[in-house]
Amino acid sequence: MLAGIALTLASLWYGQNHGLMPVEASKDAALVDDLFNAMMTVGAGIFFLVEGVILVCIFKFRRKKGDTTDGPPIEGNIPLEILWTAIPVVIVLVIGVYSFEIYRVEGGFDPEAAEQPAIVQVAMLPGSGLEAGLMDAQPAPKGMKHHSHMALGVGGSPESAQNAPDLTVNVLGLQYAWIFTYPDSGVTAGELHIPVGKDIKLTIKAQDVIHAFWLPQFRLKQDAIPGQDAELRFKPTLAGEYPIVCAELCGAYHGAMASKLYVMEQDDYDAWLQQQVAALDEPQTVASKPDEINADAAYLAPFASQFADQTGVDAELLQQLHPLHNHELMKAMQPPVDPAAVSALPAA
Amino acid sequence: MTIQAEAPKSAQPQLPHAGERKWQDYFTFNTDHKVIGIQYLVTSFAFFSIGGVMADVLRTELRTPASDFISPELYNQVLTLHGTIMIFLWIVPAGAGFANYLIPLMIGARDMAFPKMNAMAFWMVPPAGILLVLSILVEAPQSGWTSYPPLSLMTGKVGEGIWILTLLILGTSSILGGINFFTTIIKMRVPSMKLTSMPLFCWAMLSTSALILIGTPVLAGALLLLGFDLIAGTNFFNPTGGGDPVVYQHMFWFYSHPAVYIMILPLFGAISEIIPVHSRKPIFGYLAIAYSSLAISFLGLIVWAHHMFTSGTPAWLRMFFMITTMVIAVPTGIKVFSWLATMWGGKIALNSAMLFAMGFVGEFVIGGISGVMVASVPFDIHVHDTYFIVAHMHYVLFGGSVFGIYAAIYHWYPKMTGRMMNEPLGIAHFTLTLVGTNLTFMPMHALGMQGMNRRVAMYDPQFQSLNEICTAGAYVLAVSTLPFFVNAIWSWSKGVPAGDNPWNALTLEWQTTSPPAIENFETLPVLTGGPYDYGVEDFPDDMLPPLTSPELQPDSSAFS
Ligand SMILES: [Cu+2]
Repeated sequence: MLAGIALTLASLWYGQNHGLMPVEASKDAALVDDLFNAMMTVGAGIFFLVEGVILVCIFKFRRKKGDTTDGPPIEGNIPLEILWTAIPVVIVLVIGVYSFEIYRVEGGFDPEAAEQPAIVQVAMLPGSGLEAGLMDAQPAPKGMKHHSHMALGVGGSPESAQNAPDLTVNVLGLQYAWIFTYPDSGVTAGELHIPVGKDIKLTIKAQDVIHAFWLPQFRLKQDAIPGQDAELRFKPTLAGEYPIVCAELCGAYHGAMASKLYVMEQDDYDAWLQQQVAALDEPQTVASKPDEINADAAYLAPFASQFADQTGVDAELLQQLHPLHNHELMKAMQPPVDPAAVSALPAA
Repeated sequence: MTIQAEAPKSAQPQLPHAGERKWQDYFTFNTDHKVIGIQYLVTSFAFFSIGGVMADVLRTELRTPASDFISPELYNQVLTLHGTIMIFLWIVPAGAGFANYLIPLMIGARDMAFPKMNAMAFWMVPPAGILLVLSILVEAPQSGWTSYPPLSLMTGKVGEGIWILTLLILGTSSILGGINFFTTIIKMRVPSMKLTSMPLFCWAMLSTSALILIGTPVLAGALLLLGFDLIAGTNFFNPTGGGDPVVYQHMFWFYSHPAVYIMILPLFGAISEIIPVHSRKPIFGYLAIAYSSLAISFLGLIVWAHHMFTSGTPAWLRMFFMITTMVIAVPTGIKVFSWLATMWGGKIALNSAMLFAMGFVGEFVIGGISGVMVASVPFDIHVHDTYFIVAHMHYVLFGGSVFGIYAAIYHWYPKMTGRMMNEPLGIAHFTLTLVGTNLTFMPMHALGMQGMNRRVAMYDPQFQSLNEICTAGAYVLAVSTLPFFVNAIWSWSKGVPAGDNPWNALTLEWQTTSPPAIENFETLPVLTGGPYDYGVEDFPDDMLPPLTSPELQPDSSAFS
């Protein structure tokens, strides 16, 4: 009895005080942590129970020297067995329902995540804003339906899913870097800058092999699969600088495939964006400044800078990345061309 | 309780000695299931050593954040070989070794149902394994043991081709073994043994065989298509030609999730044998444990996409696979609680076999708890493909399967060789393994949650201190195998003679000589009681009560 109370208290305490999770940079991250703390509490309870029973067996039920008799012939106990079947059933049902609810609130069921390829194309055409793209969106012609992909990733939360996101950024994973383009302004960067408190949507693509876009402080991850678009939609609540990690083995320098996420106050973000747009408009000025390119190099592989000589993210790639030289990349950023979808476009 | 009706113990020394095993037999195409069982076990331990050296190479690289010990390409090759070897050349064949050795003895048969096929299945393993290991001299596969396209199609044709070929051979071997185990258990039991009176190890192998037979052909299909993509330039999985890499993941995990149960169920079975014998109590809840094996086997077939929660899996499927995965905790929990209840109130002999069995329960449960956690989609989205997963699977496969294999070796070694293993060495082995396991794998949980991705040769310097602990633990684990190998080799010729039944166990394999004669039983045994009737009072008059063997038991445990 006393042991039971101690065990319960210990697991309750540990479930809240494990200190294993990194900073929570969004409300959804806090929700995931609540779920984890609940599972950790139950898990710690089971852990203490099982290890406790084993220890008691070692010390209390050890055979005495010279005792050659057998133990009591107990072959089972139906009520006890029903109990330890029923309790796990209840536990996993509760955890299951709880996980389901968190997943729903996070936006896992956002049906809009199932983008029709045609809409993506419209939205990405230069000159047409995202809003226009969404407004033009019409039910895809019947023949096209099977071309559309399943909903991949985590979409908008149920309240915001119907609204267009405040900012959309296209994310492209390639060996061994992440490249971010802002379709509204045409800016391309090797790091992700977003304003705090805004509804952000990332469209995630891969160019060569499968990568996985992981934001540990947001508890969000989605594989970038060549030929299949996915999305992550979230609202950062804490300004700061966070790592972006590739979580799917993508080659020898997979461990160095990293970038930075800057969650900025709106003013800072606007200033940054303006600076980027200005650089886009006056390419010559920037191109003549090698310092700037080096600065790009610094931010492109920030924490991997110590492996810069190994990462394959070399000066050449960085130059390509630069607005002046990024035609190749801009082409790559377009969704994989689906001839059927393209030819169907004017008709629609 | 089981007895040999017409072969009382006094008659056994007169068994014909003409059929003695020669050591050369172990290097031939021998159809005796006991020879094949030992062939499997010795082979698997050889590959365990190779895979273990590779693990320590990986951990040495990871001692520091920079890639400074081996090149990142070589790192990925070693990583791929480590995973593939430990799964397909260590745990799976070790389980097959115990199954081959024990099933016919446990059910009172003279051999497996298809002895020649059995030998053939074994002899596929060494060439395939050697081919895979030697590939490192030319070009080893380097896309991980999961070998996801398109990466696997881009990292070197030779290495990937060798990997596919190796797995096809090992898969075929596994299927042949599965057919054999299944048929033998169903058809070859002594007439007096009902399904519900057979040892729990046989129930576990029945479930395992079903998984092998259903899952492995799908893996073979995936590998063949991947091979076509690789060599013939087809586009089943290659997105540049319109293929779908996610289809490969489905086919791969349709086998490779059940593969976890193929690796753990035989050891669940072994633990269910070992715990009652050394606790001197009947197994608690025989039927529940037997049916939970079947339940795990069935559920294990419908959970595969939980490896793909962040991949191309739509929301509703993520939810379906989350629920099925969590439900597996129920039959697994039944087993764990039944083992605990078996020990509770017993008279436990704390010898090496029992220590490893208890260690198995204590370590496996950690992997089980983290398993339920990673089944939860929102949490898995965070920790998928991180060191949390590395920690989880090593608690299941090292804390679980490897502890189970050790327990089984200490338990059945006297039967296989006729000699006891040395207890002090065994306890040193257990202590080092327990410390090393937790030192290596416990910090990985924190690493994963904090943001360290897996399969990396270089990492963020903030993770260095925990990685140093993991590396130290890996070295402890390397050292821990020394007392074991010394013990196993030395005891084979110099160990204390074990007698036929040193543990005074009741299952049939202990009712014949140690090591058993070539035909196993001179006269086929007749069952008169259950396999776990310890402490049951009503023995037949002509049987001695199943006392703990007074000559061997007290000395066999340093703790009792
Ligand atoms: Cu990557």
